[in-house]
Amino acid sequence: MVANKFLVAASAIVLGSVALTGCGNSGSSGSKSGGTITMGFAQVGAESGWRTANTKSIQETAKKDGIKLKFSDAQQKQENQIKAIRSYIQQKVDVIAFSPVVETGWDAVLQEAKRAHIPVILTDRAVDSKDTSLYKTFLGSDFVKEGQKAGQWLLDNASTSDVNGDGKINVVEIEGTTGAAPAIDRKKGFEDTIASDSKIKVIASQTGDFTRDGGKQVMEAFLKSQKGIDVLFAHNDDEGLGAIEAIKAAGLTPGKDIKIITIDATHDGMTALSQGEINYIVECNPLLGPQLMDLAKKVVDGKSVPQRVVTEETAFDQAQATAALPTRQY
Amino acid sequence: MPETLTPERQEATASHAGAGPAARLAARLSGSTLVWPVLALAALVVVNLVVHPDFLSVRVQDGDLYGNVIDILRNAAPVLLIGLGMTLVIATRGIDLSVGAVAAIAGAVACVSITGSSHESALSTAVVASSLALATCIALGLWNGFLVAVLGIQPIIATLVLMTAGRGIAMLITGGQITLVHNTHFDFLSSGFVLALPFAILLALALFAITGLLARRTALGMLIEAVGINPEASRLAGVRARTILWTVYAFSGLCAGLAGLMISANTSAADANNNGLWIELDAILAVVIGGTSLAGGRFSLVGTLVGALFIQTLKTTINVIGIPSEMNYLFKAIAVVAVCLLQSPKARALLTVRRRARVGTKAVAA
Repeated sequence: MVANKFLVAASAIVLGSVALTGCGNSGSSGSKSGGTITMGFAQVGAESGWRTANTKSIQETAKKDGIKLKFSDAQQKQENQIKAIRSYIQQKVDVIAFSPVVETGWDAVLQEAKRAHIPVILTDRAVDSKDTSLYKTFLGSDFVKEGQKAGQWLLDNASTSDVNGDGKINVVEIEGTTGAAPAIDRKKGFEDTIASDSKIKVIASQTGDFTRDGGKQVMEAFLKSQKGIDVLFAHNDDEGLGAIEAIKAAGLTPGKDIKIITIDATHDGMTALSQGEINYIVECNPLLGPQLMDLAKKVVDGKSVPQRVVTEETAFDQAQATAALPTRQY
Repeated sequence: MPETLTPERQEATASHAGAGPAARLAARLSGSTLVWPVLALAALVVVNLVVHPDFLSVRVQDGDLYGNVIDILRNAAPVLLIGLGMTLVIATRGIDLSVGAVAAIAGAVACVSITGSSHESALSTAVVASSLALATCIALGLWNGFLVAVLGIQPIIATLVLMTAGRGIAMLITGGQITLVHNTHFDFLSSGFVLALPFAILLALALFAITGLLARRTALGMLIEAVGINPEASRLAGVRARTILWTVYAFSGLCAGLAGLMISANTSAADANNNGLWIELDAILAVVIGGTSLAGGRFSLVGTLVGALFIQTLKTTINVIGIPSEMNYLFKAIAVVAVCLLQSPKARALLTVRRRARVGTKAVAA
């Protein structure tokens, strides 16, 4: 009984404070349009070069645009991200942005943000929630399109891609982590696109877990078990770079004896591309800063934004890579 | 050594008396713990040969041997090394879960040391960096030993500390970045060839031979087993259990460090997140497949060698025969379960009983 009473009292206090927060924020948001915007950003962590570039872009653009940024690093843990978002709600920031570590489990904390009238923007990764009113927009790459771009390059360059001249273009594919959205979508985009040319065929496909070591081991086995490999499609640069070492060890020249297409356009990948070891890289852009700040301003001003914003992305061949490399930020 | 006269043995000796040498050999083989992992390895090779008849073919490429077998040997080196350390730790009734994280730290220390040097591509740089990494790993092993031997924390918990914290340490060292190095001498650890054979496996086998000699030609192996069977009794009998424990954990750290250097050299990069990820499980599996008991006491180094080769062959098989990515883990699991069933004394007893029953009816008929 005592415990019950305590619970009731506690929840009353919590509810009261949530209501107060809500009032306070909605009262001030009207006057925000002219003043400085405060953004709370909950980053996943610093697990790769891609992510570091992503963080840097957001921090630098915020500074340039005069947006006050509160930044937290969740070290790949959802609980840390939820804590960070809660503290942003308490601090009454104007807008919250974050890259969800995992897809599910966000409804409660997003509900709190909604009650506090703080708009939320998702970056890079989506959440799996039926209630789309919990966030304003999702800014990130279209992984299917990345796969399609890779496939399109192969279609366009089919005439030079039949390296061994047997009339067939045999492709081996090194996939990303099994079950990860980028791996599923890139595979689908690529394979759907190349289906329009009957000469092009994926003869073997295996996961390399998005790592160099994985890419190398899978390619080693492909080189011995598959006959007449013309093209390698790797789901990210790291896998491709690992595979290049396996190809060299087999006495073949990467980029010539086997054409290589990858996705990401990291600094290492671009260097290999400019040296001709990779033939084509589809960009997966981590520099979301400018687009994110743009969306944040619109959202805070109460303007409507689309539910889904696709990152501006391009692709590189050897000449473009050589030109872009000196100013490449990641 | 006096024969312990268990009923099985009496029976075995009796049946040997009348049987020919071939039958005797078969009986001895089926009693050995090694025969099943070896058979499983052979079965895997046969599966590969059916799909790709030239699976075992080896040719000379730029003066070095080149083929699936060579890949398997080269890639098995890290698991073999870690399995070596793990075998001794398990023999003391312990376990070392931290080896994967320690391997990541080794790569991180070496790569950061190389990139920070003024002569990045020099041989001396690679040697200094590798020594520094190995020294760090021995220190980490000693830390595990301290927790287990002095503080008396259960090994699985003691090493879990470093398993969790280790990747964080490796990330601190690399600054969360994949650190790339350009040093051909460092790469040699993994990609180098000596006498047309991969340097990595030669190095692993050399350490294997030294460990084998130390464990079996000196009293060390017996002392380790004694600690594993009954630490208290062995202490009372005058075995310095504490020193033995420190030694095996430090040795496990050294092995993990060496394996970490190879993994890192394989791609010329230190990736704190992925280097040596889950390798502790592969190593434990290699040890168990090799017939070493997790309950401590008996251990088999040759068994671990076969186990490591089995695991790497399994990985290569998945790539060679083209198992879909979604089925990888299932395929691995089925293969491992099959080997474990073959090794289980109960399952084997069941098999033997059936065979004996058949032999019995034949004898009656004659």
